Amino acid sequence: MTKLHSKLPCNSSLALNKCLLCLFTALTLFAATVRAAVLPEDRTDVLYHRYEGGGMMVDGPSVLVRKQVKDTFSFWGNYYVDMISSASIDVMTQGSPYTEQRVETSVGVDYLHDRTTYSLSHTNSNEEDYSADTTSFSLAQEFFGDMTTLSANYSKGEDEVRKNLRKDGAIVDTFHVGYASHQRFGVGLTQVLTRKWLVSLGVESVIDEGFLNNPYRSVRFLQPNGDVGTQSEIYPTTRNSDAVALRTMYYLPWHASTRLEYRYFTDSWGIRSTNYEIRYIHPIGNQWRVQAKYRAYSQNAATFYSDLYPYENAQNFLARDKELSEYTNSGYGLGVTYEIKTHYLAWFDKTTLNLFWDSITFNYKTFRENTEENIVQFGAGNEPPYSFNTNVVRFFLTFDY
Amino acid sequence: MLKLKTVVALASVMTLASCVHVQPWVRAHERGILADPIMALEGDAASTRYINHVYDARESARGAEGSAGGGCGCN
Repeated sequence: MTKLHSKLPCNSSLALNKCLLCLFTALTLFAATVRAAVLPEDRTDVLYHRYEGGGMMVDGPSVLVRKQVKDTFSFWGNYYVDMISSASIDVMTQGSPYTEQRVETSVGVDYLHDRTTYSLSHTNSNEEDYSADTTSFSLAQEFFGDMTTLSANYSKGEDEVRKNLRKDGAIVDTFHVGYASHQRFGVGLTQVLTRKWLVSLGVESVIDEGFLNNPYRSVRFLQPNGDVGTQSEIYPTTRNSDAVALRTMYYLPWHASTRLEYRYFTDSWGIRSTNYEIRYIHPIGNQWRVQAKYRAYSQNAATFYSDLYPYENAQNFLARDKELSEYTNSGYGLGVTYEIKTHYLAWFDKTTLNLFWDSITFNYKTFRENTEENIVQFGAGNEPPYSFNTNVVRFFLTFDY
Repeated sequence: MLKLKTVVALASVMTLASCVHVQPWVRAHERGILADPIMALEGDAASTRYINHVYDARESARGAEGSAGGGCGCN
């Protein structure tokens, strides 16, 4: 496969990155001029997660432990596993079902000095055909008597992309495909507006370089005889994006709260997206809390995406990833939290049991369900648009100490 | 243009730093509601990290999620 370098414009993202970097540097220089914030509380979360839908089932544990030292340092670590069983539309039409496992470990430290919190963390993700190492740094500064928090973050990730060769479902060989790097620059502002209302604004730019596509996925094209042929995806080797998000929490008079979120995203691949979420949180007595949410997302397609190209090598860049197509998703979620009060757990300051369930429906407009049956019945390129529903479960215990 | 943006960024932070003596309009004794767990923007770190990972794997949009994360071959 010939790798072509991107010539897509990225001036606006680079300009925003320079501005964010300047603000980040300036914030660092003036960080020590005012008084202190507080570190996150000592706590352990033990979570079971499950994602099921679209032919995929991914579940596993996540354990997060945080502990303060000398009131100035807070150390944390997270161990996370994805156990994957995949028979998605891409797998069923281009390969065969498979299982695999991904392990992610993260460590971090927060340092509090006066009203400035410095945070450093490292995350390693490892699976048979993909490795990723990401280092993040951020700082947060409080002003105006802790009414205002200004933050800045930077992260750098280096990935290695590999490809598994499978025989009868088992991996017989793995070979190197390419490298990818990712940088993030972000700033945020959280402001207390009234004693019942706070708002948060975040802006973040992301720069990706290297091998950015899935080495297993192919695009399809029409052959002169009317049959459908396939060839490997060809992606640009750079991708720059900007996102801005506004979040707000408001306290309701009957001792409840509502959370609103809106995010706008744009990138150099021509994708524009928006998502919004509304969440309602309601305590019941002094041990129960319930919440409900609705979230909606929509995006247009990348400029080089197509479900079916008119012929082979139809353009410089080729993609048939459904996540680059035009689509919407919407979902609602319910959650319940119960604070366990028993003398058997008296060693902990607080223990909660939590169950969160989200149901998300994806409706693709320019990605078609190209199963063998649909191609025969409707013809290539006229298959019904693909859609699926997924259920996401989070079941976890938290221990404050 | 880079020099102007640098000056603007520096001036913004210097202005904020010089305003530290502005009296907060929400007094300390009035902040009980803001400290209520139901007013936390992101209350449960592991749970929030996971649901953001689900959205990141299934959507093109990324950034400004409010939490840090790492890479994966999750597509």
